Amino acid sequence: MKYIDDFRDPDLAQGLARAIRAAVAPGRTYRFMEFCGGHTHAIARFGLEDLLPDSIRMIHGPGCPVCVLPVARVDAAIALATQHDVILCTYADLMRVPGSGFRSLTKARANGADIRMVYSVMDALAVARAHPDWQVVFFAIGFETTTPPTAVAVKQAAAEGLENFTVHCNHVLTPAAMRAILAGGTTQIDGFVGPSHVSAVIGTAPYDEFARDHGKPVVITGFEPLDVMQAVLHLVHQVNAGRCVVENQYARVVTAPGNAIAQALMAELFTLRDRFEWRGLGWVPNSALRLADAYAAFDAEARFALDLPRPTENKACACGDVLRGVKRPEDCGLYGDPCTPENPLGACMVSSEGACAADWTYGRFRRKAAG
Amino acid sequence: MCLAVPTRVTQILPEQMAEVDIEGVTKQISLALVDGVVVGDYVIVHVGFALSRLDPGEAAKTLALMAEAGLIA
Amino acid sequence: MSGHVDMSHGAGGRAMARLIDTLFLKAFGSGGAPHDAATLDLPPGRVVVSTDGFVIAPLFFPGGDIGSLAVHGTVNDIAMGGAVPHALTAGFILEEGLPLADLNRIVTSMAQAARDAGVTIVAGDTKVVERGKGDGVFITTTGVGVVPAGVTIDPTSAQVGDAVIVSGTLGDHGVAVMAHREGLEFGTDLVSDACNLNGLVGAMLTKVPDIRVLRDPTRGGLAAALNEIAQASRVGIEINETALPLRPQVRGACELLGLDPLHVANEGKLVAICAPERAEALLSVMQAHDKGRDAAIIGHVIDDPSHFLRMVTPLGGTRMVDWIAGEQLPRIC
Repeated sequence: MKYIDDFRDPDLAQGLARAIRAAVAPGRTYRFMEFCGGHTHAIARFGLEDLLPDSIRMIHGPGCPVCVLPVARVDAAIALATQHDVILCTYADLMRVPGSGFRSLTKARANGADIRMVYSVMDALAVARAHPDWQVVFFAIGFETTTPPTAVAVKQAAAEGLENFTVHCNHVLTPAAMRAILAGGTTQIDGFVGPSHVSAVIGTAPYDEFARDHGKPVVITGFEPLDVMQAVLHLVHQVNAGRCVVENQYARVVTAPGNAIAQALMAELFTLRDRFEWRGLGWVPNSALRLADAYAAFDAEARFALDLPRPTENKACACGDVLRGVKRPEDCGLYGDPCTPENPLGACMVSSEGACAADWTYGRFRRKAAG
Repeated sequence: MCLAVPTRVTQILPEQMAEVDIEGVTKQISLALVDGVVVGDYVIVHVGFALSRLDPGEAAKTLALMAEAGLIA
Repeated sequence: MSGHVDMSHGAGGRAMARLIDTLFLKAFGSGGAPHDAATLDLPPGRVVVSTDGFVIAPLFFPGGDIGSLAVHGTVNDIAMGGAVPHALTAGFILEEGLPLADLNRIVTSMAQAARDAGVTIVAGDTKVVERGKGDGVFITTTGVGVVPAGVTIDPTSAQVGDAVIVSGTLGDHGVAVMAHREGLEFGTDLVSDACNLNGLVGAMLTKVPDIRVLRDPTRGGLAAALNEIAQASRVGIEINETALPLRPQVRGACELLGLDPLHVANEGKLVAICAPERAEALLSVMQAHDKGRDAAIIGHVIDDPSHFLRMVTPLGGTRMVDWIAGEQLPRIC
């Protein structure tokens, strides 16, 4: 597969592994956070940790929009589907995420709610066109990569006068989350492996503050395992040299200004929320979007009143600490028993990018071997 | 962030759509977010939308840098 | 054939008898009288029996339909027991409103699949449920077969050092079916690999009668099949990702949708585990058979007290291959 297999070449991987081994300073530990769930998945899927020296510790960040969606918002999705006569359209990732009281969209659908998985928000728009007498709600999640598609759909709905289409907006912002992680103070991170496709949209400038004000190098990194390895190498070099800049390793896709069309659409269709609750990070200011006032007619939160349960989370759930890199999955008392991908108690276990799910699914054999 | 794959544009379709191909699997996706795409371009596709073109020159440069890093070590 | 299934077709009266005559008996032939019990004259040997329900939607997909799948699935289950399939029964639950033309197509397809496998459908049953209570049609097939002397297929018998061999490319069926699923719709000329494997198994057992384990990796894909064997035999298994036979289109579709080909269903493939000194001979007899052309040795059985399935990735790292949790769904992350 062009531009995919090239960046999975085993010989290049061995070369980069040698280079990293040669670059790490003896006696020093390097802690790099890969912010993005896609990177967590790539690292797990290719067994990358086997190619990195022990002195490199990869910390799995909160860049998985499913993982950081708070229970209350999951409850809202379930409520929309069960309390109102709507067709709820959602990306498949959300189906098994547990809300309060062990409810989920999958279970709601089993109980008769009309919930449909879509690959693209445009499919939800098509459902709305096909059923003008029905209310169709698109449950929008995702970081800045997934937000412009929602913008295109709402703008299209407005142009067509599709009055039965609304969006429940849960789009969240990457730099704000990175700020919140660093503000937490408890994590010790030496640098960031920066997101691939969020950066294709927002460009490189938004990361400057982390290098400049927090002293953390950021390497914007491509999606393939060789990209991650090259990023680790460059982060090691920066740390060794005491340098602190934003590098763009994914220059084949990411440009410094980013995607102007996407940015303009986001600015037109959305407004910043003052604050938004993130699973694990708590309330974070200026970290999420809602539909702009001009598009209020398409806002599901304005159209549908919801009777929501008081959100409950398992007190022993350590998702918050895991998401901030303070704890490892195996440090959570629920990990593995009873919390597993079959029976997820917290969001880190539901999405395959979640730190716990990735560790359980791809990596737990290591600990069993050791212990 | 987010699952997105490089695919080759095989057809430009009306209403800002395109057909893309990856290993013989084709999908119709939206070009609403990227300008000036032509047949033969590679685009990164996420949830049914092209997000960006892929620059072959930069790809080659990145691979060359990776090879170099391995040689020096 | 025009018209639709209605409640009278399941009522046991004239309408039902007519349906059986003009549709079922016509297709399945006079090898038996479906809807009676059948008497079988089985050759000597241990008897293997297997049953399976088929609920696939859509009913018709590239490379097959629920009918042919219902035959292939049970024929293959019998074959995976090391047995020669002899006869099948077929139970139908029809939904009121199913077009009779569709039912005819399905039944004709079943008959062809049975002929292809060298088995007869000897008995059956028909019921009709109200509109909304079925998915068009559900089919249950039960198969009976006899194990030849000298063959002992036993899922608990895999041993450290054994070779793990697959009969061909993985993921074809699941991806072919998914391409037509509403909401996904991607273009591909991939067809389901659904087919009868009893001929291939026969050839394999003739050459290597002491094959230890056979399994067809259907729901849950190769990952489920190998994990089951590892647990049953109390061993570990290690496979090499670069050795897995995968069609480029399956790789492409999985990348596009974020799926793992190891979790995707196959309906015309098998996994065989044999002693290491038998592996080359087994591989060549498989590759010489038209259902095993792309057969490959993909790994071996190892000692592992946790009974995990692990895979060496193309980069040389290792990762676990777990059972899939829940249904395999495309992802955005």
